[in-house]
Amino acid sequence: MVEWTEFERDTIKDIFSKIDYDVVGPAALTRCLVVYPWTRRYFGNFGALYNAEAIMGNEMVANHGKKVLHGLDRAVKNMDHIKESYCELSQLHSDQFHVDPDNFRLLADCLAIAIATQWGSAFTPDIQAAFQKFLSVVVFSLGSQYH
Amino acid sequence: MNDDCNDGDDDADDDDDDDDDDDDDNCSLESNYLNVNMSLSSKQKATVKDFFSKMSTRSDDIGAEALSRLVAVYPQTKSYFSHWKDASPGSAPVRKHGITIMGGVYDAVGKIDDLKGGLLSLSELHAFMLRVDPVNFKLLAHCMLVCMSMIFPEEFTPQVHVAVDKFLAQLALALAEKYR
Repeated sequence: MVEWTEFERDTIKDIFSKIDYDVVGPAALTRCLVVYPWTRRYFGNFGALYNAEAIMGNEMVANHGKKVLHGLDRAVKNMDHIKESYCELSQLHSDQFHVDPDNFRLLADCLAIAIATQWGSAFTPDIQAAFQKFLSVVVFSLGSQYH
Repeated sequence: MNDDCNDGDDDADDDDDDDDDDDDDNCSLESNYLNVNMSLSSKQKATVKDFFSKMSTRSDDIGAEALSRLVAVYPQTKSYFSHWKDASPGSAPVRKHGITIMGGVYDAVGKIDDLKGGLLSLSELHAFMLRVDPVNFKLLAHCMLVCMSMIFPEEFTPQVHVAVDKFLAQLALALAEKYR
């Protein structure tokens, strides 16, 4: 089981209570699709994704970004049982969506950068460390049911 | 196939005719085969130079902050600094060394057309003396990107992000060139 300090627990709850899901979600997914273009392979039915401008203006991308960010809520609410919380979603990503789990790590990095653009210096090294630790647990959990 | 030109560039804004030939070169079948290390287009090189020039007044801060974040977020990286009295985030030796590293990155921007050649001696240093596991170059690059996005949220657009990320990856490859 993952051990969390009080600072880490407070930080995660704080981050997710303060961020604007409608901004950060789309920003993170957009960056992922632009910076790591191979990730577009999973969104064949999203319409125009052929360059940065198209991606940044794509409504399906924006909506999906919000959805994905809300997908983290269950981990925030259940920090002591993150792996169990993602059992089903992990199976789904493996058996239905066939997503290479390395992509979860890429999206996590983009999420950190998206929050950094919003928070500036308020995104301190300690907060970044807690956030990335949290994300790495989610990333691990999402990959846990692959076979 | 020439359709894999998805370098994240804002092609719709490609008004500069001079760029077109270079972009074609990078997307030709031959270069796709030879340039398997995802080299920068001339437009991306220009984007990198432009952004680093904008950043120059804050480059020390970014370097110091990036190395601080490396040891904070990835504590195992402190293993390379066991000879320092204090390798904690924000400490004087960490900040000073971050500035040194950033100076090296800026130097590399100037050598962007031939990173392998230009960074030969630095590569030898990292290979034979420092022996830093190359995986850490990626970790530090990520921390640099976080700092850039914190300090320049407007300028660090997705297009700039991809160009800088590619540049830092190329830089890491050049640094690891002499490893084995």
